[in-house]
Amino acid sequence: MARNPDADSAPAPKAVKTSTIEFDADKAKTFKVVGSRPPRPDGMDKVTGRARFGADMVMPGQLVGLILRSPHPHAVIVSIDTTAAEALSGVKSVITRDDFAENADHHDVLCNIMAREKALYEGHAIAAVAATSKAVARKALKLIKVDYQILPHVTDVDLAMAPDAPLLHADMITSGVTPAPTKPSNIAGRSEFGHGDVEAGFALADVIIERDFKTAATHQGYIEPHACVANVGADGMSELWCCTQGHFHVRQVCASLLGIDVSRLRVTASEIGGGFGGKTTVFIEPVALALSRKAGRPVKIAMSRDEVFKASGPTASSSMNVKIGVTKDGHITAGEGEFRYQGGAFAGAPADFGAMSAFACYALDNVKTVAYDVVTNRPKGAAYRAPGAPMSVYAVESVIAELAGEIGMDPIELRLKNAAREGTKSSYGPKFGSCGLVETLEAARDHPHYSAPLGPNQGRGVASGFWFNFGGETCSTLNINADGTVAIAVGTPDIGGSRAAMCIMAAEELGIPYERVRTIVADTSSLGYNDTTEGSRVTFSSGMAVIKASRKAVTEMCNRAAMIWDIPAEAVTWEDGHAKPSGANAGEFEPMSLAEIAATASKTGGPIAGHHEYNADGAGVSFGTHIVDTEVDPETGRVDILRYTVVQDAGKAIHPDYVEGQFQGGAVQGIGWALNEEYIYGEDGRLQNAGFLDYRMPVASDLPMIDTVIVEVPNPGHPYGVRGVGETGIVPPLAAIANGVSAAAGVRLTELPMSPPRVLKAIDDAKVAAQ
Amino acid sequence: MSGIHVSTKINGDAVEFVCDVEETLLDVLRDKLGMTGSKEGCASGDCGACSVTVDGRLTCSCLMLGAEAEGHDIGTIEGIAKGTQLHPIQQKILDHAALQCGVCTPGFVVAAKALLEKNPDPTETEVRFWLAGNLCRCTGYDKIIRAVMDAAAEMRGQ
Ligand code: FES
Ligand code: FES
Repeated sequence: MARNPDADSAPAPKAVKTSTIEFDADKAKTFKVVGSRPPRPDGMDKVTGRARFGADMVMPGQLVGLILRSPHPHAVIVSIDTTAAEALSGVKSVITRDDFAENADHHDVLCNIMAREKALYEGHAIAAVAATSKAVARKALKLIKVDYQILPHVTDVDLAMAPDAPLLHADMITSGVTPAPTKPSNIAGRSEFGHGDVEAGFALADVIIERDFKTAATHQGYIEPHACVANVGADGMSELWCCTQGHFHVRQVCASLLGIDVSRLRVTASEIGGGFGGKTTVFIEPVALALSRKAGRPVKIAMSRDEVFKASGPTASSSMNVKIGVTKDGHITAGEGEFRYQGGAFAGAPADFGAMSAFACYALDNVKTVAYDVVTNRPKGAAYRAPGAPMSVYAVESVIAELAGEIGMDPIELRLKNAAREGTKSSYGPKFGSCGLVETLEAARDHPHYSAPLGPNQGRGVASGFWFNFGGETCSTLNINADGTVAIAVGTPDIGGSRAAMCIMAAEELGIPYERVRTIVADTSSLGYNDTTEGSRVTFSSGMAVIKASRKAVTEMCNRAAMIWDIPAEAVTWEDGHAKPSGANAGEFEPMSLAEIAATASKTGGPIAGHHEYNADGAGVSFGTHIVDTEVDPETGRVDILRYTVVQDAGKAIHPDYVEGQFQGGAVQGIGWALNEEYIYGEDGRLQNAGFLDYRMPVASDLPMIDTVIVEVPNPGHPYGVRGVGETGIVPPLAAIANGVSAAAGVRLTELPMSPPRVLKAIDDAKVAAQ
Repeated sequence: MSGIHVSTKINGDAVEFVCDVEETLLDVLRDKLGMTGSKEGCASGDCGACSVTVDGRLTCSCLMLGAEAEGHDIGTIEGIAKGTQLHPIQQKILDHAALQCGVCTPGFVVAAKALLEKNPDPTETEVRFWLAGNLCRCTGYDKIIRAVMDAAAEMRGQ
């Protein structure tokens, strides 16, 4: 469900043929490797500096590529003159938008990676150079003359929706509105979700609370800037090395933008230094390819941190209203919300996901949400961990906390009374299958954290959150090596330890030690198409492909044993890594190990492998509940996080260390979003804090340990019960912390981040109001 | 432009290189010497991914010029394990699963080693403040702090 918000590059609707393997309850009782915590296969390389990330690749004869970017948030590009740059000694190629053919399939992506008529945000790419050194490339950028005609700009979502706002796209007609508007606007789309009759629902309520909320845009903040090396041969045979969450997607988009066959472009995913959704699309890759094609030499482009902030894809900022009604005894009678998200200069803000997930934690008779996807003069957004959900859930969970206070009910009790469970018609349409919200709420309620005493100026917050989880196109190949070891190829880049999870699942199926299995992320020429690492899909989908591939290899190994023993294949079973004769007329044979079967494979029919390709369905929704203790300094407005507990349903934790790691990482990104992180724009439409000093992400001294509780409510759509765990962890913290801070400060905070000046102002305003 | 000739010591080995005036030590390590274990996360001293030691002192190699390495003793991530023998901090990071993407890991290893050489018995708070110059976006720091505390205990023989 977590799709790349490149509306433009999102794949066309998929054929309906999908497949699942049912949950295997018997297997679950006998896990030997699943649930253990072995060292990860890429760990050694990463603690020694040997692992190669995007910027660590060098190709012979490689040039340095740099991109010229617009200093203006909104301007007509009257002309670009590259003659002086081209004439500079050491410059091997200079490109502009003229070097790309128009492309209807990826129009917005193309306009984003290289501007044409207009620069739409500060940092928008205008031209690029490749030169023999960085110094020469820098000099060349200065020699490119661009004549801009500056236009009025808009960076705020509500201002961008106003009828007299500066218009970004003259042809943008709001979708999802009937009749279609006759005039263009900055509203790319409107969508609506829900069921029942909210007005009738509110009429039944004893207490109704309605509030407005705002959240700032934040960046995924991966420590590794985007980097790639492109090498286009004279015959068009091309290779691309890049840090990406989805090298198959990169191949598809780049081949299309360059007008070459997909088979001519081999993309290798480097080790990736964090992505969180931000590396699911292309920025520099097509530019490097076009520079290389023109120069006839490899070109490396590595973004600076400044470029990452200004010209990669942050997430949306939002402006929202939420209204919820409840009876005195805690029955929610209706919920309603409007969610306005700006996602930068092109359509694709994840407002629809926000509106869909806002009330997903609740079983409601009456619910209505409306989403607006709005464009502004900011960089084109990209996915960020559960895209769209943290903001809308922040608004809803803030109002839920306030309602609990109003009716004098424990906030977890109120949530339990209304919690979505198996069979609930979700607020966005489908009925939920088996899911674990109730279990996470109960575990949170029973956790010692929830009843620990609090001191003065301290407040406890609780919130729940939801994410859809995604399956998607996936394939994997498993080879049994002659020495009895196993090699697995997957097509989903490993951003958090997934190779370890693949090895665990194969070891489990094959009945061999974890250490005998190695998993690699194959390049795009070595394996069939795989959807991107996104939507918390990898351990679920690639894992299921690995399990299926293992089972096929096991069948083949049983066949080989049957051939050696000269008995029917049905009379052989697989147990503990061995083929064994079984049944009445199987005969008496010593079991054969995987290694023995592998060693004789050349005589029994050649190499043994298993492969599985499918479109994964049945990902299984994910819920979590967080508890946080905060302390507010009434003098300065500074907030400290004193204690934090994450409770989340993992379905089945394959490698619990990395499940906990996902919970902890998501929670801490949420803490940053709640307290400090924000894109700050000046009146001039320029980003004022494009660096880690001023865009303040949490550091070790800001934080306590992050306690975790893994709840396991098996997902019936996976043989081991796995649910994706990567994204849900960032959904509850915004609200949990807002609820904690509001309790500590004695006043409801409704705007993120809750930076010290904002908290202090809220406290002071409340004092004035009380007098 | 004329290059500057620099003689220095890196991980105990004598190294000579020629660099441009404006090249940072990080650029030299990565682009001239092929030592890509030190990472560039920001080039402004804010992330610690480029951490090295200069005469034993923890330094952001992105904030130091290559030319300034003349006559000094530089320590990088590549010099921390002895052959296949990991340093206890590296081993504990593996044992505690204290990495996800791992791009911050070299910087944390270098920084934590510098801490434990100065203060073999740090409190959790001291570890957190010492490592506050190293950003990790994946882990939430929990497992990293545990790994460093555990490595310190092991190195003290506990
Ligand atoms: S790259 Fe040197 S501190 Fe970030
Ligand atoms: S493990 Fe990814 S930044 Fe630390």
